[in-house]
Amino acid sequence: MLTIRIGQDSLPEAGPGRSLWQDARGRVARNPVAMTSLAALVLVGAFAILGPSFSGWSTEDINWNVLGNVESAGRPSLDSGHYFGTDQLGRDLFVRTAHGVRISLMVGIVGALIAIVVGTLYGTIAGYFGGRTDSIMMRTVDVLMSIPYMFVLIILLVMFGHSIILLFVGIGLVSWLDMARIVRGQTLSIKNREYVESAVVIGVPAPLIIFRHILPNLLGVVIVYATLLIPNMIIFESFISFLGLGIQEPNTSLGVLISEGAAQMRYGVLWQLGFPLVFFIVIQFGFFFLGDGIRDALDPKDRH
Amino acid sequence: MLHYTLKRIAIAVPTILILIVLSFALMHSAPGSPFTGERPLPPEVLANLEAKYGLDRSFPEQVARYVWRIVTDFDFGPSYSHHDRTVNEIIAQGFPVTLTYGSLAFLFSILAGTGLGIAAAVYRKTWLDSLAVGVSVGAQVLPNFIMAPILVLIFTLWLGWLPGGGWQGGQWPYLIMPVIALATSFMASIARITRSSMIETLNSDFILTARSKGLPFRQVVIRHAMKPALLPVISYLGPTFVGLITGSVVIDIYFSTGGIGQHFVNAAINRDYPLIMGVTILIGILTVLFNLLVDILYVWIDPRIRY
Repeated sequence: MLTIRIGQDSLPEAGPGRSLWQDARGRVARNPVAMTSLAALVLVGAFAILGPSFSGWSTEDINWNVLGNVESAGRPSLDSGHYFGTDQLGRDLFVRTAHGVRISLMVGIVGALIAIVVGTLYGTIAGYFGGRTDSIMMRTVDVLMSIPYMFVLIILLVMFGHSIILLFVGIGLVSWLDMARIVRGQTLSIKNREYVESAVVIGVPAPLIIFRHILPNLLGVVIVYATLLIPNMIIFESFISFLGLGIQEPNTSLGVLISEGAAQMRYGVLWQLGFPLVFFIVIQFGFFFLGDGIRDALDPKDRH
Repeated sequence: MLHYTLKRIAIAVPTILILIVLSFALMHSAPGSPFTGERPLPPEVLANLEAKYGLDRSFPEQVARYVWRIVTDFDFGPSYSHHDRTVNEIIAQGFPVTLTYGSLAFLFSILAGTGLGIAAAVYRKTWLDSLAVGVSVGAQVLPNFIMAPILVLIFTLWLGWLPGGGWQGGQWPYLIMPVIALATSFMASIARITRSSMIETLNSDFILTARSKGLPFRQVVIRHAMKPALLPVISYLGPTFVGLITGSVVIDIYFSTGGIGQHFVNAAINRDYPLIMGVTILIGILTVLFNLLVDILYVWIDPRIRY
C-alpha cells in the first residue's frame, strides 16, 4: 500500500508505537547533563523576565549615595537592595544584568530563528531542485562565506545607526550560510527516499513535497543546529557590543556589561565583571550541553 | 590539480570584486557626509572638498575609480579622520602588529590544539583525555573578549607578572596575553576536531593491520594515523583564520596594541569611511586568498578529493 502520510507519522501524536520524537524526548529526559542545562537555562530565563520585579531599582536609576564611591558603597549587599552591587555610575547591577540577559537571549533566539528560516529554505530549495539551480545557489554561498561578516555587520551598524532591530536582523542574515549547507546535504539524501519518489509519481507539486515531506524530516538536524546557533549568536552580539558598536544606552546586553566590568576591574570593582560573566558562561554551557544531549538523543548511533 | 586551482582562482577574483563593490555601495548609501560638522560649510567650500575627493562624480564612476586605484596601486585613498595621512599609511602602521601576534596565535592554536587532541585520542579514557575534553569544552565558552579581561585580572592585577596592555615593539611580555586570549577558543575547537578524527582513524582497519604486523604503537600513530587524522584540521584552518582576524579587533582594543583593529573601531566611531572600507577590503582579500590556499593544499594532500 502506498502511504503518503509518512511525513506526519514522525509526530508524537501519530498512533500507537513510539516515534523517533518520543524516543528522543525520553533519552534527553534521562540525560542528567542535558536536564541540568535545561533547568539552568529556564532559571536564567526566569531571572531575566522576573528579576527586575524583585528590586526597587530600574536600569537607569542612579543611586547618588553610591556615585563616586562605588568600590565600598556599591558592593553587592542585601541591605542596600543592590543584590549584585552597582556599576560605575551607581546604577543597580541586578536589574541591569537581568535586562542584559534578556536582550542577549532575545538577540540569540531571534538571530538563530532568522538564520534557520533563511538557511533552511535556501538549503532545501537548492538541494531539492539540484542541477544548475543547486550549483548556482551553492556557489553563491561559497562566495558569501569568504566575506568577513563581522566587519560588514559593523559597517551596516555604523551607517544605519545602532538600532537593535538592525542588529537582530544583521546577525541572523550573516549566519544562515552554514545552515544552508547542512540542510542542502540532508535534503539531497532525503529526496531520494521512496516516499518522496512516490509523492512525485502521484503528482504532488514541488512546494508541497518540500513542506510536507522534506522539512519535517529535516527537523532533527535543524533543532540540534539551532541550539548550537543561539549561543553563537550571543557571542556574536556580545563581541560587537564589547567594542561599543552594538547595543547602545539605555539598553544593555551581556557584552556591554562585560565590557564595562572589564574596564572597572582595574579599580578593584570585581562584581561588575563577575555577575554578567557568570550568566554569560551559564548560558553558553547550558545551550552547549543541551544541544549535545539533543544530538545524542536524535542520533544514538553517533557517539564518540 | 591545475584545473581545480584555476577554477578556484576563477571564483576568488569575482569574490574580491563583489566585496569591494558591495562595501563601496554600502558606504555610498550611508546618510550624512564626512564634511557635516558643527557649523555648516559654505557651499563653495563643500563643492571644492567634494571635487577633491571625487564625490561629485556619478556612482558608477566613483566605484570604477575606487576599484581601479585598488587594483593598480593598492591605494585606498586619504583618511577622513586623520587629515594628513592616507589609509595606506595607517594600515601599514597597524598591520604588522596584528600580523605578529595574529600569526603567533595561529601557530599556537594549531600546535597546542592538535597536540592536545592527539594526546587525548591516544591516551583515551585516561586523566589526560578528560583534561583535554574539559579544556576544550571550557575554552569553547571563553571567547577572546572574555579571556582578555580574565587574563588581565589574574596576571596583571593579582600576580603582577605581565603588563596589562601596550605593545613596546612586540617584546614578549606584551605578546603573551594577546596571543593566549586570541588563540584559546580556536585551540579548543582544533583539539576537539583532532581528537574525534584521531579516534576514528585509530579504529580503522589499516591501523589494525599496522598494529597486527607488529609495529610499535607510537610508530603507528606517527607514521600511519597522523596524516588522515589531521585532514579535518586543515579544512578548519579557513574559519580559524577568519576568527583570528575578527578577534584581533577585540585584542587591539583591549590591550591597546595599536594594531589594525583599533584603527577599525576608531574609524567606525568617527565614520571614517575610506579607512573602514580599506580595512574591510584588505581583510576580505586576505581571507579569500587564505581560503584559496587551504583548498588547494587540501586537494594536494588528499588526492581522493576531486571537485
